[in-house]
Amino acid sequence: MSDSSSMIRFDGVVKRFGDHVVLRELDFSVAPGEFVTLIGPSGSGKTTILRLLMTLEHVNEGRIHVGGECLTHMPKGGKLVPANEKYLRRMRKRIGMVFQQFNLFPNMTVLQNITEAPIRALGLSKGEAEARAVDLLDMVGLTDKTTARPSQLSGGQQQRVAIARALAMRPEVLLLDEVTSALDPELVAGVLKVLKEIASTTDITFLCVTHEMQFARDVSDRVMMFDQGQVIEEASPEKLFTQPDHERTRAFLHAVLDRA
Amino acid sequence: MNWDWENARDSIPLLLQGLLVTVELTLLGSLVAYVLGLVFALLRRSRIPVVSQAVFLLVEFVRSTPLLIQVFVIFYLLPEVGIRFNAFTTGVIALGLHYATYTSEVYRAGIEAVPKGQWEAATALSLPRGRTWTGIILPQAVPRVLPALGNYMISMFKETPLLLAIGVLDVLNQAKEQAAVTFRAIEPYTLAGLLFLLISLPSSILVRRLERRVGQL
Repeated sequence: MSDSSSMIRFDGVVKRFGDHVVLRELDFSVAPGEFVTLIGPSGSGKTTILRLLMTLEHVNEGRIHVGGECLTHMPKGGKLVPANEKYLRRMRKRIGMVFQQFNLFPNMTVLQNITEAPIRALGLSKGEAEARAVDLLDMVGLTDKTTARPSQLSGGQQQRVAIARALAMRPEVLLLDEVTSALDPELVAGVLKVLKEIASTTDITFLCVTHEMQFARDVSDRVMMFDQGQVIEEASPEKLFTQPDHERTRAFLHAVLDRA
Repeated sequence: MNWDWENARDSIPLLLQGLLVTVELTLLGSLVAYVLGLVFALLRRSRIPVVSQAVFLLVEFVRSTPLLIQVFVIFYLLPEVGIRFNAFTTGVIALGLHYATYTSEVYRAGIEAVPKGQWEAATALSLPRGRTWTGIILPQAVPRVLPALGNYMISMFKETPLLLAIGVLDVLNQAKEQAAVTFRAIEPYTLAGLLFLLISLPSSILVRRLERRVGQL
């Protein structure tokens, strides 16, 4: 069932929390290097999609493939069985995630936040990891903050560190979970600028959940409108934002764009 | 009631000897309580249900029985099965084990106070589980609970006289010995009380300071 033409593929994915069905038989795929943005009302399951990919949640039914390999299940004795922790640990290294609340490690400096995982999970030497971190801090414009603690940084700076931290693992897929939602309005632009640059200069595959419609429009290759656990419409950003086919998409866009 | 300065002075060397025993018991007992408590707290989070249940039962059992009974069990019953400790070691083990059940709850609260996002970030970065504990969770959990751990050390310090039951001569029990010889109880007991105060009062102030600093974390 491997399919090398897509980087991410959901096959009939069902996710329930108790009686509440969050994702119902979800199918979609993302091509290598593509930037796909998920939009839709809150509670529609967008974040759950990212969390399933990061293996922070587990599917109830269906399968997820990443880079041609199954993420949710592993082969065992000629059959596919639910992936165990060891298998997940290997698969996770291909995927990075940036969180709404940054989730930097407050007990470490900025530099340590970025070098920790490359050293401990990839086995890089301290020197290699630090060289990588310095390059990334340069890219996110924070070279002067290497020894600062996260608590000494603004939200926007913290989020840029978190982006650098995720990139230090050289992921093939980067998941962006409402990365500007917790920021003060004046700090949003700096974070989005960094993301745009990364998207245009690397071949990383992006799956992004955001309420920043202008950003989604500028950076996405494709936008998927999501509601009640299903994709109800997907199109290029030009089409989806200007001539959506579905009434629900129109209503949603109307509501969010009016607010802005 | 009159105060006999000579008797007071004579009792000081013995009291200081006792105080040394009290301090040693407290420090060693706390060391056991801090290490064992952390082990309990971590084992209770074990994914193997038998392990977490067994530790839960042990902790509940120790917590709901008096320390004195535990002292007796270790000192009088364990030798029946060939495990023999002297009175001092018994004191350290009993105090340590008893307080470990309290400190394990303290650690547990500290661990649970670490935001879920920290675990998720560690997972997203593929950090090994052991490193997540030692590098991220515990460095955040432990500083927050240091004041509570300190308070238990002070409680333990004040509970050492209980070990008279198996003949450990801590400061208060030395005072009692002295009183038995001279038939004058007031001086040694008063001094013993003062010695307790002399140590626990500054310790309490230290813990309070620590609380304030942790509050700023």
